[in-house]
Amino acid sequence: MSVTKKKILLITPSRIIARGIASILEEHGGFTIETVLTDLSRENEATVRDSMSDIIIVDPVIFDYASRPLGRNRISDLTDAAVVAAPTVLPDDESTKNYDESISIYDTPAAVISKLRNSLAHSTGKSPAENREELSAREKEILVCVARGMLNKEIADRFHISIYTVITHRKNITRKTGIKTVAGLTVYALLNNLIDPASME
Amino acid sequence: MRKNMKMADLLGIDYRLLTVIYRLGIKLGFGEKTVEETCMESGVNCDTFLLIANVYSTEGYVPTTEMMTAASAIDLVRYLHASHAYYLDHHLKELDDLFEELLRPCTAIQKDIIMRFFSEYRKEVENHFAYEEDIVFPYVRSVASGQNVEGYSMETFEENHNNIDEKLNDLRNIVMKYLPPACDTVTAIRALSRLCTLETDLEKHTMIENSILIPMVNRLEEKCQ
Repeated sequence: MSVTKKKILLITPSRIIARGIASILEEHGGFTIETVLTDLSRENEATVRDSMSDIIIVDPVIFDYASRPLGRNRISDLTDAAVVAAPTVLPDDESTKNYDESISIYDTPAAVISKLRNSLAHSTGKSPAENREELSAREKEILVCVARGMLNKEIADRFHISIYTVITHRKNITRKTGIKTVAGLTVYALLNNLIDPASME
Repeated sequence: MRKNMKMADLLGIDYRLLTVIYRLGIKLGFGEKTVEETCMESGVNCDTFLLIANVYSTEGYVPTTEMMTAASAIDLVRYLHASHAYYLDHHLKELDDLFEELLRPCTAIQKDIIMRFFSEYRKEVENHFAYEEDIVFPYVRSVASGQNVEGYSMETFEENHNNIDEKLNDLRNIVMKYLPPACDTVTAIRALSRLCTLETDLEKHTMIENSILIPMVNRLEEKCQ
């Protein structure tokens, strides 16, 4: 059931906003704040990249004025999560139009929740052109390993690549096939004759 | 959606509400009766019905605190329990039959691969429901009747409320993209629409648990302390 709690990473220098959003989300369920950052320093970029958050809520004020319109892209470079703006200074459309949604500090709690839900539906992630590709030879090799129940570490060792690369391959496999679970990938591998059914058991 | 609307008009807005009506134990044949009258006759808390119906039919609907206070946790649990039975006895059973039919022209190996995946999914759903039936619902019933229960809380439920939509989603993709060409298309259409209906309904089900049940019981827990 899709909606276990969606994880949120919040980037705002304002503790009032951070606490306000946290209290709205607590009341309504469905979302939970995992991490709060006050800026997007280099160190924090790593936190964003490694987080498993579904939504990043960010106050565009953390980007200096000149780079503000491109702020969203900086976050998208780090993660596939939906990105929602929560501007505290009066927003001009230019700085928030790239975001999946924009929360106003005058929104009712109900409006905030429905905007967050919308953001998940809008979030496009990668461009659709990439969706059309077939699995590459390397991806097929890795898929077979996953289907056989190997761990990321074991796969990394076998192909002499980093775990991070294995994870990227797995993300791409899931994006292309639309299949998320190991059991589902096994079905894919068997139906497409990537592994011999007799060898499974 | 309001109490003084005709029940029949509500179904005009969203025919899927018929399944909600069924699960709440409201019988058919309501003619020109209003929502409130129909609910009263079937002994269902009308506020609970409207709350469920709104969340079910309105994308992104967020209930107000007043609506949550007016609704009954006991009725809500009765609905969720009936939903579980509805999924297991109707949806999954029909899907099982449909897959049997769909995969008949396939090789024994192909059939085995897909059926095994389906039963794994089914098992997962059964376990997920069993936990709620055995632990969560009895807990909610106690809290709703004002008893202070030691050793369990909604917080534990929230933490353990895991995803069971991934396998279903995979199954849909497998039917759409990777079914052996020997399969009959009309049967595949039936299987696919069943899968999609189930997927949407389960989403609503989880949404009702997360955005109504949890906050509602949190409030009751505070009262019990």
